[in-house]
Amino acid sequence: MSRQTVIELDGVCTRFGGNTVHRDLDLCVKEGQIVGLLGGSGSGKTTLLREILGLHRPDAGVVRLFGVDLNDPDIRVQRNIRRRLGMLFQHGALFSALSVYDNIAFPLRELRCLDEDWIRRLVHLKLAMVGLGVSHGKLMPAELSGGMVKRVALARALALEPELLLLDEPTAGLDPDRSQNFVELIGELQRELGLTVVMVTHDLNTLAGLASHVAILADRRIIAYGTRSEIMTIDHPFVTGFFGADRRKLL
Amino acid sequence: MNDRPSLHVEPGKVVLSGAWTLAEMLPRLAELQAGLAAATDGNRQWDLSALTRLDSAAAVLLWRAWQATWPVSLEIGDMHRRIVERVAELPQEMPPPPVARVHLPEFIGRYLLKAAANLRGMIALFGQLILDTFFLLRHPRDIPWREFTANVYKAGALALPVTALVGFLIGVTISYLSALQLKSFGADLFIVNILGISIIRELGPVLVAVLVAGRSGSAMTAQIGVMRVTEEIDALSTMGISRSIRVVLPKIVGLTVAMPLLVLWTSAVAMFGGMLAALLQLDLSLVYFLENLPRVVPVSNLYIGLGKGFVFGFVIALVACYFGLHVKPNTESLSANTTSAVVTAITTVILVDAIFAVFTRQVGVPHL
Ligand SMILES: Nc1ncnc2c1ncn2[C@@H]1O[C@H](COP(=O)(O)OP(=O)(O)OP(=O)(O)O)[C@@H](O)[C@H]1O
Ligand SMILES: [Mg+2]
Repeated sequence: MSRQTVIELDGVCTRFGGNTVHRDLDLCVKEGQIVGLLGGSGSGKTTLLREILGLHRPDAGVVRLFGVDLNDPDIRVQRNIRRRLGMLFQHGALFSALSVYDNIAFPLRELRCLDEDWIRRLVHLKLAMVGLGVSHGKLMPAELSGGMVKRVALARALALEPELLLLDEPTAGLDPDRSQNFVELIGELQRELGLTVVMVTHDLNTLAGLASHVAILADRRIIAYGTRSEIMTIDHPFVTGFFGADRRKLL
Repeated sequence: MNDRPSLHVEPGKVVLSGAWTLAEMLPRLAELQAGLAAATDGNRQWDLSALTRLDSAAAVLLWRAWQATWPVSLEIGDMHRRIVERVAELPQEMPPPPVARVHLPEFIGRYLLKAAANLRGMIALFGQLILDTFFLLRHPRDIPWREFTANVYKAGALALPVTALVGFLIGVTISYLSALQLKSFGADLFIVNILGISIIRELGPVLVAVLVAGRSGSAMTAQIGVMRVTEEIDALSTMGISRSIRVVLPKIVGLTVAMPLLVLWTSAVAMFGGMLAALLQLDLSLVYFLENLPRVVPVSNLYIGLGKGFVFGFVIALVACYFGLHVKPNTESLSANTTSAVVTAITTVILVDAIFAVFTRQVGVPHL
């Protein structure tokens, strides 16, 4: 069966002042893929995710999600698209004035359709998924450790059962055990729900355990995009430098 | 593949099909819930093998419809069974988060305790400032001149236009209203006394204090508060830089120095506005006004006004810094503390003003 295209970037250019971050960048992600986005620090990975989310408008080019242009003026279309995606921000971006419980419940309450009992069960389910207990729900974001912030943010990103999940360095700050759990969780969700995932990561284990495809952002564009084994054969200074002697590990 | 979630009741069993996901369910939620509730009665056989997708929101819905027990017979794919199992593993009774009930005495008590704690904290901050001052006297090289002058500029120089505008308008208003009254008594000349005493002694300092509390006080609280939220204050202490010397002291000293100057400036502009109004309303010449002012308004009034400015500046900055340092790292606390800082500063200023009035009641009032 032909798979639906979820993300389509076409000729995206981004400039901050005189600093060109993306030039003529193309990317096409199909349904059900788990894409690891690799690139050096400051190469514009976070910016790319923000463009996919529609938080930042590229200077040129088109971003299409589920076949809908993000510049579509209809607010309802925009809102429905947004509800189909979840984002884990690099620094969590939890609402600092709300407790962990309320942070996760917030997007659910915003739907204005679910009753409190339903929301409560869902919140506890998501908390359990990311390995947090009921007692953590009462804490405020400022009272969490860095890794816990990541996990709560992931729980919040999962709250609306998104079809497309964008993760910015999901396992940075987690211990190896938790990263392994995380890899298993996302893998399981992907199989159960057919999620599409785009994740920025520098962690080879996460990449090896999870990613079905790898996209490499270097020289201001996606220089390579393909399955893991295809990427291994690429001869580019960034790829050689990034994987170094660990090339085997990915396969 | 937009397959909508649907539910049929066949003889003896309930068949679900389509994608049971939150997004697909939302448009027809009421219908599905009613369908599930109706289907549950007496039906213990469920066929979920035709589901294309099942997410945890739908699993929770099903589990609630089954009243938290597995149906007698259930046909479901392995993947989807895992999802329902996850829901089943949750504790059945979810206690709602406790809602804090507020009792009046408790509320008042807590309020008073908080006020007492704030007072204590401000006294402690004051003590810290005195210690810092001694430290700086012994180590003059550590005096933060740049921060100090920056604060004088921000809180003082940049506030000149707005205080002038407000002062001028208030001067005009008071002069105009008084002139109307005085004219009917034929006591035109007393306009000089009224304007001089009221503006120089009372209105100038209080007016500036209210403006500065809203302008600079809130800015100080917000700045220190955000530095706390983003852990910049902690970064400073890690570098061995004292937050009280670098951040708090320059703000307090800066405002304490700038305020008397602002008061002088505002009072002067307000007097000017009053003089203009008197000229238009009562034909009182500017020269007459200026010649009589020193005679009917003893110079001690000016000293009292400047003294008030000095104290008010100190109070506003102290309160603002105190509340800034007590911001908890979240946005709600930031806004609450900024509000508290401005309200407390203005209240304290008025309180101090009353104390001033009591203790200086013998000073500077001309006896006719
Ligand atoms: N709002 C902004 N204004 C100006 N420049 C920006 C802005 N956001 C990002 N940049 C610049 O764009 C470039 C890419 O930033 P980005 O945050 O996307 O990097 P990244 O690939 O996510 O890096 P890292 O792996 O370190 O998170 C950087 O050079 C950065 O300085
Ligand atoms: Mg980044």
